[in-house]
Amino acid sequence: MSTLLEMSGVSVSFDGFKAINNLSFRIGEPELRAIIGPNGAGKTTFMDIITGKTKPDEGRVLYGEKSLSLLKMSESQIARVGVGRKFQKPTVFEAQTVRENLAMALKNPRGPFDVLLYKKTAEGAARIEALAEEIGLTAELTRPAGELSHGQKQWLEIGMLLAQEPRLLLVDEPAAGMTPTEREHTTDLLRRAAEKHAVVVVEHDMEFVRRLDCKVTVLHEGSVLAEGSLDHVTQNQQVIDVYLGR
Amino acid sequence: MKQGLLSRNPSILWFLAALGLFTLGITVLSEATGTGLISTSFVKTLGKTLCLCLIAIAMDVVWGYCGILSLGHFAFFGIGGYAIGMWLMYARTEAIVAESLAASPIPPTAQEIIDATGTQIFGVVGSSDFPLIWAFSHSLTLQLLMVLLFPGLLALVFGWLAFRSRVTGVYLSILTQAMTLALSLYLFQNDSGLRGNNGLSGLQNIPGFEAVPQSQISIAFFWASALALGLGYVLFAYVTSGKMGSVVRGIRDNEGRVRFLGYHVESYKLFVFTITAIVSGIAGALYYPQAGIINPAEIAPIASIYLAVWVAIGGRGRLYGAVIGAAFVSLLSSWFTGGGAPDIPLGFYTIQWVDWWLILLGLSFVAVTLFFPKGIGGLFDYLTHVKTPFRVGDYGPDKGALRQEEGHEQ
Amino acid sequence: MLRALLFAAALCLCLPASNALAQQSELQTLLQSHQADVAKPSRSSVDAVLADLAASNLPGVATFLEKWQSKDVWVRESDGVFFFGRETKDGIELTSIATGEVVATVGKKEASQIKPNGGVRKQLGTALVQFQLSDPDITRRTAAVDAIAKSPAADQLEPLLAAIEDEPDAALKARKTRLAGLLGARFADDEAERIAAIEALSGELSLDVRAVMNQLLTTQSKVATALPDDVNIAHVYNVGDDLTADAAYAQLVAANLAPAKISEAEIKTALVANVANGSAGGIPTGQLGDIAKRLTAYDALAAAGTVPARVTDADVQSALTTHVFFDVYDEPSAAITAAALEARTEIRQRVAFNQAGDFALDALSLASIYFLAAIGLAITFGVMGVINMAHGEFIMMGAYTGYVVQQFIPDYTISILVALPLAFAVTFGAGVAMERLVIRWLYHRPLETLLATFGISIALQQLAKNIFGTQARPLTSPAWLDGALVFNDVVSISYIRIAIFVLAVIFLGLILFILKKTRLGLEVRAVTQNPGMAASMGINPDRINMLTFGLGSGIAGIAGVAIGLYAKVTSEMGADYIVQSFMTVVVGGVGNVWGTLAGATMIGTLQKGIEWLNPSNTLAAQTYMILFIILFIQFRPKGIVALKGRAAGD
Repeated sequence: MSTLLEMSGVSVSFDGFKAINNLSFRIGEPELRAIIGPNGAGKTTFMDIITGKTKPDEGRVLYGEKSLSLLKMSESQIARVGVGRKFQKPTVFEAQTVRENLAMALKNPRGPFDVLLYKKTAEGAARIEALAEEIGLTAELTRPAGELSHGQKQWLEIGMLLAQEPRLLLVDEPAAGMTPTEREHTTDLLRRAAEKHAVVVVEHDMEFVRRLDCKVTVLHEGSVLAEGSLDHVTQNQQVIDVYLGR
Repeated sequence: MKQGLLSRNPSILWFLAALGLFTLGITVLSEATGTGLISTSFVKTLGKTLCLCLIAIAMDVVWGYCGILSLGHFAFFGIGGYAIGMWLMYARTEAIVAESLAASPIPPTAQEIIDATGTQIFGVVGSSDFPLIWAFSHSLTLQLLMVLLFPGLLALVFGWLAFRSRVTGVYLSILTQAMTLALSLYLFQNDSGLRGNNGLSGLQNIPGFEAVPQSQISIAFFWASALALGLGYVLFAYVTSGKMGSVVRGIRDNEGRVRFLGYHVESYKLFVFTITAIVSGIAGALYYPQAGIINPAEIAPIASIYLAVWVAIGGRGRLYGAVIGAAFVSLLSSWFTGGGAPDIPLGFYTIQWVDWWLILLGLSFVAVTLFFPKGIGGLFDYLTHVKTPFRVGDYGPDKGALRQEEGHEQ
Repeated sequence: MLRALLFAAALCLCLPASNALAQQSELQTLLQSHQADVAKPSRSSVDAVLADLAASNLPGVATFLEKWQSKDVWVRESDGVFFFGRETKDGIELTSIATGEVVATVGKKEASQIKPNGGVRKQLGTALVQFQLSDPDITRRTAAVDAIAKSPAADQLEPLLAAIEDEPDAALKARKTRLAGLLGARFADDEAERIAAIEALSGELSLDVRAVMNQLLTTQSKVATALPDDVNIAHVYNVGDDLTADAAYAQLVAANLAPAKISEAEIKTALVANVANGSAGGIPTGQLGDIAKRLTAYDALAAAGTVPARVTDADVQSALTTHVFFDVYDEPSAAITAAALEARTEIRQRVAFNQAGDFALDALSLASIYFLAAIGLAITFGVMGVINMAHGEFIMMGAYTGYVVQQFIPDYTISILVALPLAFAVTFGAGVAMERLVIRWLYHRPLETLLATFGISIALQQLAKNIFGTQARPLTSPAWLDGALVFNDVVSISYIRIAIFVLAVIFLGLILFILKKTRLGLEVRAVTQNPGMAASMGINPDRINMLTFGLGSGIAGIAGVAIGLYAKVTSEMGADYIVQSFMTVVVGGVGNVWGTLAGATMIGTLQKGIEWLNPSNTLAAQTYMILFIILFIQFRPKGIVALKGRAAGD
């Protein structure tokens, strides 16, 4: 297991409020990691920093074998080197069909002229069919995404994430609004993805995290409070204080 | 691919058929080639309207599809007009000057002709030298290239500056408006090298075709405009369909999400902005020889805002909507302001449409924005029974995103 | 000598009247001794008369000179005695020079009017100034000083100096002293005296001082084979460096030191004149469309002696190398020109410094106009995220309100005082109506709001055109706002601009007060930051939006009155300010009063700055300003005063 992403000493503050405070974090490939933490622990900001949406005040974020610094790259460049993100609130393109949404996410050259001259291939169509099968939206391929239910949008979002074939998957609360069977399917999917890639799951739901059965990182007030197996961190007195103490 | 394009956009065939029929009809009715039921000046008006339709679809692509409310596309239109106008004016003046100098007992030198041409053209602004910007004006080929290059380069530079600093929404609109204002103010100066507020005139006389009557020239330009509109429609239908269309509409509805999918949003915006600017330039290059004169007032920001009005009234986010809007509003406008509409006597006051048309336009524009966000083009949805999907909320968080009221697109 | 003489003359004026009477007949005697020259004055002879008159110290000389100058002196034909005369219907009414009493009325034949010519009258005027400078009447003394200041001449220096000491009025005395300094710098006899005067002037910056320095430093362009040593050389040119070869040669030609160049047009004319048998200079006319061929043909003609030979480049070159080109001061003394040069440099620095001050005032007043025009927009944009394209038309509405009020209230002071609140009320109402009818349906659709308000803008503009016509309407400011506050010849500011500045400051204070200290302001800020939360706290966002929009529009109305006072009121005036207002808001940063202030200051300063660099071209100034703003946005996309934090993240 080689290190894919390494964050060290990262801090970021908004108007004096330290959202992330000297955070260090590393994940290997393949690996599955869950991140938990109370509200305001900095989970979303953590993802914003990796994906380039927020630039930290200090610290380093290195990625891949060549140790690329993600801080110098734009959002789209980061996405192109293999960091995929699923947002907490499903943000699919509602005016476009499910097929168009997936096609846009498919791993292909991303330049304007590549896209302009892009020709549909049987291979690509097969990929879309396979993804749709996986996320259970085969019947909905021609429907506008705006017509989907909340859960279906979550699945579409996951499908778009998979379509990008990223090496590092950042998944923000995937299970919200899903039925128990769907949750099981999701855990299944994430664990399979983690067999080859690095997967970071941010989740509130302990049951879901337990089912993932992986190393857990607890964030609190912008830094790592504890790390280890779920059982290990749930017995940590500090973690108990943070979650239950007040 | 062509097959796919047509099947995805059935409107292309309908549109081309309608445009073809219209062109044919006008040809049959015109003075030069047919029965003469339609006057030459009206043929010119229709030809100009086709050019306006062309810039309207460019505007629709940049605004309706990409979500950039540009208040500067008429500047590109004007630049295209100036570019072709420079050749028209130079070539024609040179011919006249050469003719008058030929009366001298010894033939003129090349420099004398150039100097005399310069004096003729720039006399009105108290100058006689050709500014650098006219360096290519002697050559039609080069100047046609400038029709593409000037608007394209300006759009490229401006767009690059604006998009890379992530200026979006109304900020971007205001910035494009400022660009347009700066350009028109610059052209208003006498030392801008483009004859200040006199502009370029006599553009309806095509050098080399002095003997051809205007009736024939007008129909030729009418055909050229129709051809350009047809090609432009197909081009933009191609750009806005398929994966490119997906990405562009995705940028309109949620720019950030497209970025996280790995697309370099700024390049796409720049591509759309520049290609529409070039098409606007072409439209202008076809428009002004029919109008006969171009001056900086044509470029004033207000013109670009009218352009947005046409697209909004026609229905943004669909190409034929832009065409309908531009044709409908501009023809109606010339009917009202040209004194075609009858005055309405109210007893105590007579409504003269020359004075009241703008008020009517302004208010109907407010009404369209408020009550018919889909514009005239929305009527086609009723014809084709496209149902608005059952959904709540807008299509995306971005400022240019389609709104709930606007419903489903073609 | 002259000083003593004038002193005596001044003393004489104070002598008792009886004494004066006797002396006045002496005046007649004196005049009689120059009878011919007085009766038929010429420029050459009048000097002697004037010298004697001045030397006589007699009272009444000034009066006599005045009458003489205004052609009111008559001579009786019978005995040659001079009288003041007046033509009446009975004949000529003669008044005694001595007593000022009417002596007789005679027929037209018996007396003849003395009509000095223009040159003589001027000399008389100069002589009069000397008397007027010491006249007991202060208005006449002031007039005399004005006359000298207007056309200074060397011979005025002495009388002026003489008239300083006894000047009772302090202000006039200061003026006289200053004027004497100005004259002294140019005309004093002694070089040291002049240099002292010049140095004394170097601390000033008024126009007349600058004129004196420039007059001292006037130069003539000269050309010679070698530099002469008997002249005061200002500058020696280096041809090709600070003097173009063409200009240098033109100087040679003008000084008749070289033959004129033959221009291409002249060559053509010469060739045309010498066309014979289808050729000129041996070359067929058909080939003469080429400049090289034309030269050959012309040279052939020149060789034949038909036309003057062409000046070749070599000729020009040798002519230029054998001559030196230089500027010579009109003032022969090098010490004086050096002093003047030094003084001028110092004055220029001082002027530049003051110009910077004047520039700052100009920029400040422009900034306050932009601030007034933009602050309403900033409030609506900041609080509601709404771009109001009709904001400019609200400015226009305010200005027209002022115009209409003036039609009913003729007193300008009262009418302005009425117009300001009325304009606020009118545009407040219009703003609220627009918000209720249009804008509130379009919240969260900023681009549509932009276009809808634009629709309103064109409708309002056309409506104003229909009602008030296209010509500009005046909005007259009260008389007490006319004129300007003048600090010196460089720095001044008109009272209207001061008033607008004061108005802007008042509104800045008022808006800060409303936003920071009132309940309404608290609610407005709450709605700005989080409308949902504000609503759940019991604030009615609808009401807040309506009031905010009304307030923003109302301020636009007031700005309209202010702008109308110094510019014309037209239906398009709003459009002139709208883009600048947007720029102000964008540059300053949205949603912040201080940001708008910073934006207005920056744009005002920038525009004035560009105008200063290129004063002839305000259009270019605006062009460059907009380009600058586009570039500025590159570096600070969120404006000068940017909101920070998560809320501003996207």
